[in-house]
Amino acid sequence: MQETNEKTAAMIEHLAAVNKILEKYNCDESKLIPILQEVQEEYKYLSKDVISYVATSLDIPPAKVYGVATFYAHFALEPKGKYVFKLCDGTACHVKKSHSILHALYDRLGLSDDKQTTDDLMFTVETVSCLGACGLAPVMLVNEDVYGQVKPEEAVAIIDDILAKAAAAE
Amino acid sequence: MSNKILSDIKAKYDEVVNNSVERRITLCAGTGCVANGALEVRDALVKELEKAGQKAVIELDYEDNHDHGDEKLNYVSKSGCQGFCQMGPLVKIQPGNIIYTKVKVEDVREIVESTIVNDDVVERLVYENPATGKKSVTEEEIDFYNRQTRVVLENSTIEPDSIEEYISKGGYKGIENALEMTSMEVCEEVLASGMRGRGGGGFPTGLKWKFTLASQNDKKYVICNGDEGDPGAFMDRSVLEGNPHSVIEGMMIAAKAIEADEGYVYVRAEYPLAVKRMNRAVADAERIGLLGDDILGTGFSFKLHVMEGAGAFVCGEETALIASIEGKRGMPMPKPPFPAQSGLWGKPTVINNVETLASIPGILRDGAAKYKAIGTEKSPGTKTFALTGHVANTGLIEVPFGTTLREIVYEIGGGVTNNAGEITGEDFKSVQIGGPSGGCLTPEMLDMPLDFDSLQEVGAMVGSGGLVVMNNETCMIQVARFFMQFTQNESCGKCVPCREGTKQMLALLDDIIAGEATADTLELLEQTAHAVKAGSLCGLGKTAPNPVLSTLKYFKNEYDAHVFDKSCPANECKALAKPEIIADKCKGCTACKRVCPVNAIEGEVKVAHTIDAEKCIKCGACKEKCKFDAIVGV
Amino acid sequence: MSINKEIIVNGITVAFDNERNLLEVIRKAGIEIPTFCYHSELSIYGACRLCVVEVEGRGVMATCSTKPEPGMVIHTDTKQIRSIRKINIELLLANHDRECPSCVRSANCTLQDLARRLGVEEVRYKQLEEREEIDHSSPSLTRDPNKCVLCGDCVRVCDEVQGIGAIDFIGRGANAKVAPAFDQDLSSVECVNCGQCAAVCPTGAIIPKQDRNDVWDLLHDDSKIVVAQVAPAVRVGLGEHFGFEPGENTAGQLVNALKMMGFDYVFDTSFAADMTIFEEATEFLDRLGGSAPLPMFTSCCPAWVKFAEIYFPELLPNLSSCKSPQQMFGSVAKKVLPAKLNADKKDIVVVSIMPCTAKKYEATLDKFKHEDIPEVDKVLTTVEVGRMINSAGIKFDELDPEAFDMPLGFSTGAGVIFGATGGVMEAALRFAYEKVEGKTIKQLEFKEVRGLDAVKEATVNVGGTDLKVAVVYGLKKAKELAEKIRAGEADYHFVEVMACPGGCIAGAGQPITHDIEVRKERAKGLYTADKRMQLHKSQDNYMVQECYNECMGGEAGSHEAHHTLHTNYQNRCQIFDARVPVLKGDADKLLPIIVTICTKQENDPGQKLLALIVDYVKNNNLADKVEIEAAFTSRPSADGTIAVTVGSQTVERSKFKNAINTEEELANNAEFAKIKEAIDKELA
Ligand SMILES: Cc1cc2nc3c(=O)[nH]c(=O)nc-3n(C[C@H](O)[C@H](O)[C@H](O)COP(=O)(O)O)c2cc1C
Ligand code: SF4
Ligand code: SF4
Ligand code: SF4
Ligand code: SF4
Ligand code: SF4
Ligand code: SF4
Ligand code: SF4
Ligand code: SF4
Ligand code: FES
Ligand code: FES
Ligand code: FES
Repeated sequence: MQETNEKTAAMIEHLAAVNKILEKYNCDESKLIPILQEVQEEYKYLSKDVISYVATSLDIPPAKVYGVATFYAHFALEPKGKYVFKLCDGTACHVKKSHSILHALYDRLGLSDDKQTTDDLMFTVETVSCLGACGLAPVMLVNEDVYGQVKPEEAVAIIDDILAKAAAAE
Repeated sequence: MSNKILSDIKAKYDEVVNNSVERRITLCAGTGCVANGALEVRDALVKELEKAGQKAVIELDYEDNHDHGDEKLNYVSKSGCQGFCQMGPLVKIQPGNIIYTKVKVEDVREIVESTIVNDDVVERLVYENPATGKKSVTEEEIDFYNRQTRVVLENSTIEPDSIEEYISKGGYKGIENALEMTSMEVCEEVLASGMRGRGGGGFPTGLKWKFTLASQNDKKYVICNGDEGDPGAFMDRSVLEGNPHSVIEGMMIAAKAIEADEGYVYVRAEYPLAVKRMNRAVADAERIGLLGDDILGTGFSFKLHVMEGAGAFVCGEETALIASIEGKRGMPMPKPPFPAQSGLWGKPTVINNVETLASIPGILRDGAAKYKAIGTEKSPGTKTFALTGHVANTGLIEVPFGTTLREIVYEIGGGVTNNAGEITGEDFKSVQIGGPSGGCLTPEMLDMPLDFDSLQEVGAMVGSGGLVVMNNETCMIQVARFFMQFTQNESCGKCVPCREGTKQMLALLDDIIAGEATADTLELLEQTAHAVKAGSLCGLGKTAPNPVLSTLKYFKNEYDAHVFDKSCPANECKALAKPEIIADKCKGCTACKRVCPVNAIEGEVKVAHTIDAEKCIKCGACKEKCKFDAIVGV
Repeated sequence: MSINKEIIVNGITVAFDNERNLLEVIRKAGIEIPTFCYHSELSIYGACRLCVVEVEGRGVMATCSTKPEPGMVIHTDTKQIRSIRKINIELLLANHDRECPSCVRSANCTLQDLARRLGVEEVRYKQLEEREEIDHSSPSLTRDPNKCVLCGDCVRVCDEVQGIGAIDFIGRGANAKVAPAFDQDLSSVECVNCGQCAAVCPTGAIIPKQDRNDVWDLLHDDSKIVVAQVAPAVRVGLGEHFGFEPGENTAGQLVNALKMMGFDYVFDTSFAADMTIFEEATEFLDRLGGSAPLPMFTSCCPAWVKFAEIYFPELLPNLSSCKSPQQMFGSVAKKVLPAKLNADKKDIVVVSIMPCTAKKYEATLDKFKHEDIPEVDKVLTTVEVGRMINSAGIKFDELDPEAFDMPLGFSTGAGVIFGATGGVMEAALRFAYEKVEGKTIKQLEFKEVRGLDAVKEATVNVGGTDLKVAVVYGLKKAKELAEKIRAGEADYHFVEVMACPGGCIAGAGQPITHDIEVRKERAKGLYTADKRMQLHKSQDNYMVQECYNECMGGEAGSHEAHHTLHTNYQNRCQIFDARVPVLKGDADKLLPIIVTICTKQENDPGQKLLALIVDYVKNNNLADKVEIEAAFTSRPSADGTIAVTVGSQTVERSKFKNAINTEEELANNAEFAKIKEAIDKELA
């Protein structure tokens, strides 16, 4: 028997955070985007049930919420890795050959444009357009940390470093 | 009475600074410098100063009674981006106006010991011009800075989290003046300044306000467009991060001008620091009573919200931005009706760009005439550009309209670099201006004064102000492709020409790059570009073909080379590469042979090598290895 | 100085008045402008960019989204305009499944038509998109994303007219598409099968589900007796398919054609409509007497019924319990025909010919099956039948009219006007009036409830009582009305609701038209038919009465009639696609238990109930045999939206919010007992 949630109490807790966010925005349908942003911060991604929950609580069709969630690049509909590498592919970074970094990361992790998260949910590699630090091109974000004037070897080294630390911790 | 609030704050600030601050050390804490460790440097500075027996604070205390005897403070403040991120973290020390570049935590002790304690300059941290080798101790001596005219960025070194400092520098004087005028007078003043919107279109701001003022409604809104999506531009970010109060003040003036009482600052999601600084600034302004009800006792009320975008370039388009604030998919709506008639929640709305709004307080403070004196007749004022690409000094610059490309690229930018980063003086190929909506400028246009109209004439545009310098090793088809890929990704998908057209144009460019194109491809590409430009619903689609059309116009020969000769003059398109060893230059060192992953190179030691074109996968590894430049075409 | 409200189109001066946009002004001038995304009944979208023209001094503008202004000088057919339009079509065709010969929309596809008209003879672009799977899940509609031009018409009609929003845009840019939430099947979402999305779709991207081949198979099967029932609206719609004037009544030709195709009997759904009036008006009068809550809503539109089940479960007791005429016909046919035709029930096949896609869905419902035999076997739309007639090589326009077979083909005018908005109400009033007053009515026509307004209200004095009635079409309007009723702001006695604009005459199974005039003609056709018929009141249908006498307890409302002609409704407010797993046993076959939880209900009764159920199964060692999930509801703030589904049973709690708050109260509550009972029963 799999008990996904011990009891309702557990599930209520699971959704309590969403309830709080909904309350904070007064269940105002026009606040859908900030609501989804905060919900995503809580859960790391927007799952089907959370989207439905938000939709019905705001009294709007789930299709509409899903439509909004899939329109904006910042909303993740699948879980992402623990470490999210965001490689800038803005103009400045592009002319400074940011794609070679991307490919180095893809190669190191066995990822591609179609598969951006490793199966163990450790790493996600994605591109973004301009992080606004063009003077440092090429620029990369690892979670919240900004790395400027990155070289492919350095990017790969960050991964190795994380893996080594994870191994040491075990 | 109203003056009193602001003058009290100014008096208090001046008192604190005069009485207790001996030295001001300003650390650039913009995104770029923070990425390079600026905050660690700051912490180290405070620690080292204290070790050296100096008192250091990172925030001024206005409640303090300031009688510290002789013991004075080192005020270690932060600033927004100073534009020279490439050289960051930047540390500025006053008095002395010394500026140190690329400061690391390891350098801090020396700075304290030499400069702070002994008034000596640390030579190795001083900026050195890569082209001339000239060293500069102060900002005024650095070419990158001294050729600029800073209006919008004038207060780029103040502490962004201090409303007190902003006020002491004359901040909120503009709104104070505006509140004594009628709404129409405010509109007229801005109109007289000749101010044109910096969001790309260059529409006269005063006129836009007048239209909105004329729309009768009991509710109106002001929106600050901080979506800055142009990939390679970051001026709005630096204003939001470095001087958030100037934007708030600009919005208040706009609100006064159109009779609005509520506003939104829409900030791109990629700019968390800007959001943070903006939120802090709004809270401070509310605390002092500069936002809220009955501001400065004049009966004027203004409420301001900060909203974060969620990652969609098209939301920079005003109607899409409005949809996004309303919680919908950011899809543009046909215009008219313009937001001035029917905007946020159907109410008359003014949307202005960050830079536009940040320029407004100065106009209201110092008068339209002063503003109009800068720049050109039809494009007054200054423009910030993000100077990037193959240029020695990259960064954020501000110049008057009418400045030539040559001044920007060669004097401020310090010249064009080759792919190895060297300045040879003969590498300049093109400047791409205006981002994905813009176009390419050629060496012939180096002496053209840049303004809204001149750029429009040559098929480019000011756009947001992205300015990418490209050297001879750049393939212009790849440049066009890059922007097409961007617009294709960022198209909202609503209208047919843009959604389908960008997709197909991208595919046609890919055909060209892959060597699979014919004359028909070029014709279809051009036809499609014209149809998309004329037929699209919003500005994104209407301008998306510009990079293609402008490269087709100015670099037709490169297209022809790809299509008819199946060769890429810049050697960037792998499929068209034809690696070849020049027998005369080859010394037969075998370096290339050893590195080739597919054993495509043959040759004996000390004998000229050859490449088997059948086997070669055009990886370019051999060329990198050859010390004698014998390998070409890849 | 007064400015003349005039514009110049291709050199010709055209006056305008209050037209919504340039497009309508130009069309008024007799110049056709191509469009995909403009729809006079929907909000302006401006996306297809086919309606572009050149406006002097302003350049290229989309006429659908531009207001006419005096003095505009317009060119509709310049080289540039031609090129934009043509390239647009070519771009759309590049990624389009171009299989016109086998496409259902081939005859009236806007894309195909424009490609031809604009002279697109070659598609120079590559096909860049991967094919997407076709969604066959819905019994009513087939969605083929590969033919979608993203005009958004379906999205807007579903949202703006039907108030549902079952489909929307998802993704962005090149990845944008129109689909239900989470890109899942249409049958898994809150679609009510009205088919209005298919009716507005300019291409074959959403089409009514095609059941023609199945029907041909049945017709060719000698062991089957195939009987047809023809819905009222079909007779005034089908003619258009064969070039008749809109509204022309072609019932006679249809009977003839169906016989030629091999139908053994052709009956009339209007017979069942008359019967519906017997039952429904009787029920109404009973309710007036206090037997059940008022207002009473009609229940003959299955799209509306499903809508109420999803969004207004608390109003389900207000829905008339009468089956729709289609199902009444089916159950009566299967009841009386075996004896009459001396055939086995399972060999009698009922094929409905309907203006409607929702009827296809209705016929598949379990509650309308008895011992595995459905009341109605197959449902064809008007257009499907038209096509079958075409394919049989029958020259429809040359056929002699024939009469419906008896007895189930006999009807009164009251049963025929069912096809137009207000028709059911009028028919019911004709019945109720006589019944209550006990005398023959002179004034047969209730004009107040006629006409193509979306909402009509009237007060009718019947036997000294002022009856307040409302007639509404379009589910968004129905929702507004229902909300008013729920809020106590409206005190109607009787409400007729139809999903389609103007009622069934504009059902999604009819030949496609967006012309309000055509709808008017169709409605007129029905009222003319009523006039021309001998009888005008359902109660005068002696064949119906005979049927009651023979096998349904002799009169409307009898026990037997209830059994055959009435139904019940299911609370469908649970959103089934998104559930939170709570508990899952290991046994092979698990009993699914789904509990609605709501954020907006006071004290979270659903969540408490869920806890009680979990405790119950655990304490009784049933935990291994069940799979418990929490679901969300479509109307979290409404009463009665908490439901518990145990296997195939739904136990619902109306007025949950106010009646029961504490866990203790819940535990001792009768509904909880019912749930326990249901669990025990299902697991036994
Ligand atoms: C695709 C697209 C993207 C845009 N992005 C921006 C932007 O990032 N920032 C901005 O200020 N304006 C942007 N604009 C222009 C705005 O629509 C609008 O014209 C501008 O904010 C008006 O401000 P201004 O009058 O101060 O220039 C964009 C326009 C288009 C069509
Ligand atoms: S032009 Fe592009 S971005 Fe603008 S509405 Fe059309 S599809 Fe959307
Ligand atoms: S380009 Fe690469 S594959 Fe070709 S010869 Fe050189 S090393 Fe070998
Ligand atoms: S590396 Fe250069 S010099 Fe050496 S063998 Fe190759 S081509 Fe010749
Ligand atoms: S939708 Fe139209 S164009 Fe497409 S296959 Fe069907 S008939 Fe042809
Ligand atoms: S129109 Fe042409 S392609 Fe289509 S079925 Fe006829 S012959 Fe074939
Ligand atoms: S059938 Fe009706 S409810 Fe279903 S998607 Fe189409 S319009 Fe919406
Ligand atoms: S399915 Fe039809 S109506 Fe809906 S967007 Fe696609 S083409 Fe338009
Ligand atoms: S109004 Fe008529 S055609 Fe439309 S869904 Fe209801 S029953 Fe079907
Ligand atoms: S282009 Fe990469 S940070 Fe701007
Ligand atoms: S962030 Fe410091 S100079 Fe740009
Ligand atoms: S009909 Fe005007 S844009 Fe589609």
